[in-house]
Amino acid sequence: MQFARLLHCALPAIVLLSLPCAAAEPPAALREFAVETPAPGVYIHYGRVQIMTPENAGDIANVGFVVGERCVAVVDTGGTYAVGQALRGAIRSVTDKPVCFVINTHVHPDHVFGNRAFVDDRPEFVGHAHLPEAMARRGPNYLNALRRDLGSVADGSELVAPTRTVTQTLALDLGGRTLSVRAWPTAHTDQDLTVYDSTSGVLFLGDLVFERHIPVVDGKLRGMLAALGELKKLPAKVAIPGHGRAASWPAVLLAEQRYLERLLVGVKKAIAERRTLAQAVQTVGEEERNEWALFDEFHRRNVTAAYAELEWEE
Amino acid sequence: MKVVCSVLAVGVLLASTSALARGSETDPNQSEIWNKVHASLFQGARFETNADQVIALETPVRAEDASVVPIAIRARFAQSPERRIDKVWLIVDGNPSPLAAEFQFTPDSGRADIETRIRIEEYSFVRAIARTGDGKMYMVANYVKASGGCSAPAGKDPAVAKANLGKMRLRVEEKPVAGKPVLAQLMVSHPNDTGLAMDQLTRMYAPPHFVRRVEVRYDSKPVMTADVDFSISENPNFRFYFTPREGGELEASVVDNQELKFSTVMKVDGSRVASAQPERTPQ
Repeated sequence: MQFARLLHCALPAIVLLSLPCAAAEPPAALREFAVETPAPGVYIHYGRVQIMTPENAGDIANVGFVVGERCVAVVDTGGTYAVGQALRGAIRSVTDKPVCFVINTHVHPDHVFGNRAFVDDRPEFVGHAHLPEAMARRGPNYLNALRRDLGSVADGSELVAPTRTVTQTLALDLGGRTLSVRAWPTAHTDQDLTVYDSTSGVLFLGDLVFERHIPVVDGKLRGMLAALGELKKLPAKVAIPGHGRAASWPAVLLAEQRYLERLLVGVKKAIAERRTLAQAVQTVGEEERNEWALFDEFHRRNVTAAYAELEWEE
Repeated sequence: MKVVCSVLAVGVLLASTSALARGSETDPNQSEIWNKVHASLFQGARFETNADQVIALETPVRAEDASVVPIAIRARFAQSPERRIDKVWLIVDGNPSPLAAEFQFTPDSGRADIETRIRIEEYSFVRAIARTGDGKMYMVANYVKASGGCSAPAGKDPAVAKANLGKMRLRVEEKPVAGKPVLAQLMVSHPNDTGLAMDQLTRMYAPPHFVRRVEVRYDSKPVMTADVDFSISENPNFRFYFTPREGGELEASVVDNQELKFSTVMKVDGSRVASAQPERTPQ
């Protein structure tokens, strides 16, 4: 844990000069951009378990990077250009090796809007085969919402589309270590990726797994449950959820599994009892209220998505 | 669909206007978009003041999932020859095409109620406007906040939506009693896709593909007709009433903007008669 805390403002001047927009003062929330090392060569910055606000500068998702002998791979880039810059600063304080891959685990804004900070590194941007379409369909809406909710803190944030897409699996060679990228059938979204570093046993879960932060269904509830079943079989030593803290594997996914199963049973029951969507949203899953952060922000949305999916199963 | 198209043009013109243009949260008459829609679609028609005695609009305060926002429009009285609602417009100020739907009802509808689900692009007013048999107009409006962050009006799994295109479910929700309005539900599996202009970033392109007309008939007489567009959520869903007599057949037919036609028929006692595969109507 010797890199447990990297101060952006303490970066060597030579590195600052190489950053195109480093002259701009980073938002207060990003002046201390803490990075942990769960295994040699693997670095994680834990985002806050919050929704995006100007105060947190969009730093709400977990982001990380893996350093090989040849180059560096980034896994998700944060919710704003500013977070992407802070992450890039953290990388530069650890290594001079080039960033050769920027992997986006899915389209959600808190995971992708930092991409632009890496454009000058000319990496391969890696995403699920469905990511380009999802970016095209959702991008304008996401950018509007980001500007509306974050104001000038969103400045510079832009989407950067993948240059390499993954249909099933893809191996990324960093020199001396290889990352396995896996594309999932529709689960949290229809463009979920996981990234596994076999050298260290670190598994980046993206938002297939949430810890403390209530899970979010923006793809398919049954797909999310199926993904958890598959994920459990993977031999990870350390697993990094998209939100919340890493914990022992696979125990970290059990709370989400319980929540999703309750959601499934509750929504199926509401549909069988001929309750409408608007009625189901009022009642289903309330027993989970005290188990999660951000319940009010996402639970009703999950009921809505689950209902629209499951009503066709009758 | 002439009217819908003209409003669509208004929507495109207004797409770049600021949040201020959608007006305050408290006064639905201060919305710039509404003022344009009011002039173009309703020729500045006057609205009666006692709208809440005619029609009610139920919306969530916040669009939890911007792609599936449940709304209900409820008539304050049953349809009768003396007093009825013959048309209801559903308008979402903040959407690219503000006119989401025009519903038409008849005396055979029993009640001029409708529940459906819509997409909401931005913080804005959602309006239901009713015209009664005597030609008077009534408007109710609720302000709905869009969700921030990762909630988007786009579909969740476009590939699956395309694969299931045209499946339909029609059912009567209550035990039918002759002469009493009964609740029915129509589900249509359809991407109801707004389409995608050529995207500069990804070079993705998709033509719009959405349901444009829904007709439900009981014993060949219309009970609910809707002209709709992509403001209605993926897999369009409608809950509505009709007044059965003894037995009879309920038939729903749907046409989309690519002239694909789908239909299904059920006996009101519950057994399904037939469900037609999608077919392209002669142009």
